[in-house]
Amino acid sequence: MEPILSINNLTKKFGYLTAVKDLSFTINKGNVYGILGPNGSGKSTTLGIVLNVVNSTSGNFKWFNGTVSTHDALKKVGAIIERPNFYPYMTAAQNLKLVCRIKGVDHSKIDKKLEVVNLLDRKDHKFSTYSLGMKQRLAIASALLNDPEILILDEPTNGLDPQGIHQIRQIIKDIAAEGTTILLASHLLDEVEKVCSHVVVLRKGEKLYSGRVEEMISSHGFFELKCENQNELLNYLKSNPDFGNIKVENQVVTAFLNEPMDAVTFNKLMFEKGIILSHLVKRKESLEEQFLQLTDNQ
Amino acid sequence: MLRLLNLELQKLLLNRTSKILIFVSFILPFTVLILSSIKINFFGFFTLELGELGIFNFPIIWHITTFFASQFKFFFAIVVVSMIGNEYSNKTLKQNLIDGLSKKEFILSKFYTIIFFSLVATLLISIASFFIGLYYSSYTEASIIIRETNFLLAYFVKLIGFFSLCLFFGMLVKRSAFALAFLFILYILEWVIFGLITWQANMDIAEKIQNFFPLKSMYNLIDQPIQRVMMTKFPDKSELMYDYAVHWHEITIVLCWTSIFIFLSYKLLKKRDL
Repeated sequence: MEPILSINNLTKKFGYLTAVKDLSFTINKGNVYGILGPNGSGKSTTLGIVLNVVNSTSGNFKWFNGTVSTHDALKKVGAIIERPNFYPYMTAAQNLKLVCRIKGVDHSKIDKKLEVVNLLDRKDHKFSTYSLGMKQRLAIASALLNDPEILILDEPTNGLDPQGIHQIRQIIKDIAAEGTTILLASHLLDEVEKVCSHVVVLRKGEKLYSGRVEEMISSHGFFELKCENQNELLNYLKSNPDFGNIKVENQVVTAFLNEPMDAVTFNKLMFEKGIILSHLVKRKESLEEQFLQLTDNQ
Repeated sequence: MLRLLNLELQKLLLNRTSKILIFVSFILPFTVLILSSIKINFFGFFTLELGELGIFNFPIIWHITTFFASQFKFFFAIVVVSMIGNEYSNKTLKQNLIDGLSKKEFILSKFYTIIFFSLVATLLISIASFFIGLYYSSYTEASIIIRETNFLLAYFVKLIGFFSLCLFFGMLVKRSAFALAFLFILYILEWVIFGLITWQANMDIAEKIQNFFPLKSMYNLIDQPIQRVMMTKFPDKSELMYDYAVHWHEITIVLCWTSIFIFLSYKLLKKRDL
């Protein structure tokens, strides 16, 4: 696999506060990465450093194996950080023209990219007249101008209404489907879960996990159960070493597995023991549950 | 270089405020120059014709026009300061860097623009002075016309120096209004230091040191021409004599300040987290 960005022992201190602590990870071509972390966990700072706007205290990072300087590498990167920043007095088309000039790409792509984000009919309107959702979409168009090798998105749906969020997500999915590498920083986990194949989890500037989403915690999933005779069920579950933690919430028993077991086997087992279930669901932890487990444990 | 200049020109010329200010900074000195060169008749009581005073004679015209035109540099100074302030307040500086502009290129694009406008201003003023001179001057021999054209060079250097100072203040305080206030503070500060040195030592030393201060050194490039005009009217008054010529050491001092300001602006941006 071809590394696009590798970060080595990156540290950033703001006075006494350490925003990023000894962080290392690699972004490979073709994957969709999520950077997860609560507010203030150092996501934006990390992105700021690799995007040349924040100076690192120590450590280093390399774009495309370090073959080009950072600002030349950034010409092959599309990035949106927090809020869309454009010249308010220029129209959308003029703003994009400026970006073309900076990146050294041809102006011909402007209309095409505006069409991708559905802004073609507003291209000659001033940026200051745009709604937040439109501004964010323009930012995506701008990031796509150079057909980037990697698209970096920092909280792309922050502050948008449901339609706006939906539109942005759809655009991201479409771009990911084309095989563009994406790095998405967010604290909205379902957002990450829907599009990412890999995650990097940060807390207080430290890396807790990096790797594939489904391998984030070693878990065999859990059963959600309901039955008439709850006490009997609980007694059995507690005596079976295959089950670890057991929780009861609103008549629903949640039993976490220590060993792999499928629903059919379990149902059969219950029936043999004379326990008739009225509700049986096998689930894996959602990204949110995994994330909370990971950040609470340490 | 052309790419960076184009970039900055697009930012400036699409902004209505800076477009107007740039226009004014070019047109106003021009208008004043042309108005002063025509004959004004005050309702038949008397006619005012500045040309009669001999101020439009070669070579003194170079001195006079550059001196008065440089008083209008403040308009473009506002543009320079706001072109930094706006980048900070719109956060477009951050976006520019993310899009792949290096910090060095960012400063250079501003500096090239400063050079470009200084050059255009110098060219305009030299063309205008040349034609007004041709019309009014009693002497139009080539050798006399060319004499003292180094005032044009001084004018050019003076503009670049002053705008670089504005650029630096803009980078330092990030806000246009504060940057302009800093200019004023620097002006006062130079005179306060001058006063202190005069008080501690004497006026002579103080003046010599003051000549190295940024604003004073820029002012020194083109000394006021009024006294010179008086000299031509009263040639026998020797106490009016003063040194009004453009000196190489004066140009060198201003160029040094220019490079210091540009270098510091770059260092400042390099060090800053955006």
